[in-house]
Amino acid sequence: MDSSQLFGVTMIAYIVAAAFYIGLFLFKNERVGVFGMALAMAGVGIQTAATGLRWYESYQMGAGHAPLTNMYESLVFFAWCTTIIYLVLEFRFKTRVMGAFVMPCAAVAMAYASFSDRIDDQISPLIPALQSNWLIAHVVTCFIGYGAFAVAGGLGVMYLLKQSASNANDRQPLLNALPELKVIDDQTHKTIVFGFMWLSAGIITGAVWANEAWGTYWSWDPKETWSIITWFLYALTLHARFTRGWRGRRIAWLAILGFLAVFFTYFGVNFFLSGLHSYGSV
Amino acid sequence: MTQQKKNSILSLFASVQLALSLLFLLAATSIIGTLIPQNNPPDFYIERYGFKTAQLLRILDIPDMYNSWWFLGLLSLFALNLTVCSLERIPQVIRTLRRDGLTVPPAQLAKFPLHRELRLAHAMEAATTRVEALFTTLGWRARTANLEQGRLLFAERGGWTRFGVYVVHCSILIILAGALVGSSTVARIIGNPKFAFKGSIMLPEGESTNHLIAFKSGEHIDLDFHLRCDAFAIEYYPNGMPKTYRSKVTVIDKGQPVHSADIEVNQPLTYKGVTFYQSSYQPYQNYQVSLKKQGSTAATSAIVATAKQTDWPEAGVSYGIINRESQGEATRRLKIWFTDNQGEPSVFWVNNNQEAIIERPSGTYLLTLRQLYATGLQATKDPGVWLVYLGCLLMLVGLYIAFFLSHRKLYAFIQPDADGCRILFAGEANKNKVGFEDKFSELINTLEK
Ligand code: HEM
Repeated sequence: MDSSQLFGVTMIAYIVAAAFYIGLFLFKNERVGVFGMALAMAGVGIQTAATGLRWYESYQMGAGHAPLTNMYESLVFFAWCTTIIYLVLEFRFKTRVMGAFVMPCAAVAMAYASFSDRIDDQISPLIPALQSNWLIAHVVTCFIGYGAFAVAGGLGVMYLLKQSASNANDRQPLLNALPELKVIDDQTHKTIVFGFMWLSAGIITGAVWANEAWGTYWSWDPKETWSIITWFLYALTLHARFTRGWRGRRIAWLAILGFLAVFFTYFGVNFFLSGLHSYGSV
Repeated sequence: MTQQKKNSILSLFASVQLALSLLFLLAATSIIGTLIPQNNPPDFYIERYGFKTAQLLRILDIPDMYNSWWFLGLLSLFALNLTVCSLERIPQVIRTLRRDGLTVPPAQLAKFPLHRELRLAHAMEAATTRVEALFTTLGWRARTANLEQGRLLFAERGGWTRFGVYVVHCSILIILAGALVGSSTVARIIGNPKFAFKGSIMLPEGESTNHLIAFKSGEHIDLDFHLRCDAFAIEYYPNGMPKTYRSKVTVIDKGQPVHSADIEVNQPLTYKGVTFYQSSYQPYQNYQVSLKKQGSTAATSAIVATAKQTDWPEAGVSYGIINRESQGEATRRLKIWFTDNQGEPSVFWVNNNQEAIIERPSGTYLLTLRQLYATGLQATKDPGVWLVYLGCLLMLVGLYIAFFLSHRKLYAFIQPDADGCRILFAGEANKNKVGFEDKFSELINTLEK
């Protein structure tokens, strides 16, 4: 068995897990939810093995490096982070329906990585610019942040859905299954706080790396600029909340907007703009 | 200026609303520079956007917007806002911390969102000892006040964590200060271009230099020492991708070679505050020749170009490059013409940097030709980078404190009653309230047992 087969199995696990979580949301069948969780956990386990194996395979090929160096590997790692952060949240807050809003994101990332013909899943050796331990620190910190923001964005969508139903005042049984508005709001905030910490670390490790490789810690290249735009947006969100008392709806929208900025930083820049981070391009 | 006006300006700069607007403006305007390519020559913009638009862009400094007056102005406002706002709030934090928990009237404790009452069948003294012991198991030291109606115990932890926010805010100012110190603008203002610079060197193998060309301005900047490129090499992976770019260099200070090192991408060399980075290379159409006669000590070396005959009179040998095969500017193979003036000349292909063995009537010769390169180094002196790094470290530490640590207070008010005493516990935390609540309940449950 090679790592790409294991990644394939992981993808299937995430997709079916997402389907089960959505099933839990639609039919409120606890059993279905438990299956979803079990699959998500199995997916994480298999993916961890797959990542280790891919790492090993890269050494076998004489191109040894951590599997975190191109678009394919980062997408897959993003799915892994998102799922783990989501599962931790599920255990801590014991609200399983959230999975219906988060797991599809991990599943789509994984499926896109596997099927898009814009993305090359071969293990290739590292060009000189990427031969640095800072690369690993940078990618890991950034993607933990991105994973958290994906979860926060999902929670934002969930909040707005729930709220629109309670506004309309029809006691929609479907949405009653969702946690209390206050609980969703609180979790969104906590997830953003967690993500902000890691995004900050990601930007900093990136800057240190750039300084090691090129002698400039900040050069306003489009990817750097978009990451700082994202950082400003989340800083704004946090300040609006704890100094101006913004809650609920507005924070939910900001969580979604923030994730769109993350998405653009990650994808948009590679596909629409040019710059130093061309290794992410495909 | 009247007092009132002064205050209203001050309160504008102390306001979080301004901060929110500035954060939004910084985020929004930063987008422009990612859509419109930066730092291209003027013609580029005219060609791309038309004359009128290009002129407008130039007036607004868009082609170099992150260094424009208005963007730096926004950043300065942001820094000012941050400073004023933080300075205004720090005294409040100190006041909050100075407030003694023992002065809280016991009647108020029952109004805390987090409070619980329980009875113990102990006398006052025994109960006090138990509660104190409870505080101690947490690692908290309680202080006591004897009041009319009973005895108040108070302990707190993590008061200092209230400064976490200001560590973060201060770290941003430190980073901005570091960026300022390292900028060439400041070097120009203080009239010393050698204070901070970024530039590049194109250094052919075997040569040395003591100056570099500054970016943007194109000025010459002198170094206090010489840097010599001893050799440059590129290594490839089997699939043809580049694996390593390496410059072997020697620093020559006051005429003495003092330090030799390999500069690679991600492995710069720093000497006297100047850091050299591998950034590019330039192949030359010249070749380093080394030629030996087997079985004798006779050897020669030379630098040759193509289509020119070179002689080695001591050995009575002549040679030249009559053709070559290149990939881009990098030579792969060379076609050599070689004679010792006895019989037909030898003509053969040899790979770049690979030894050829030539059998001739006069003996066997070993010939190697290596294409010469110039290495492209970037050279930077940035005295502000340590401030930036310090700021980054402080930011991470500050964020951790601000987000994950909290100031917690615990009160216990003990009152005697008929056959024992009543204890009213109250607690508060400025963050992570849920976690503190759990701890609070757990604590009191252990007492009840
Ligand atoms: C992007 C830059 C900024 C970052 C990263 C940042 C970070 C933070 C953090 C981490 C906190 C603590 C949050 C908490 O208690 O949970 C905070 C609080 C605060 N920040 Fe900022 N900040 C920034 C810019 C600003 C600016 C420009 C102002 C100017 C007014 C400001 C004003 C405040 C205030 C008033 C608080 C609340 C302090 C309190 O607890 O009373 N911040 N900031």
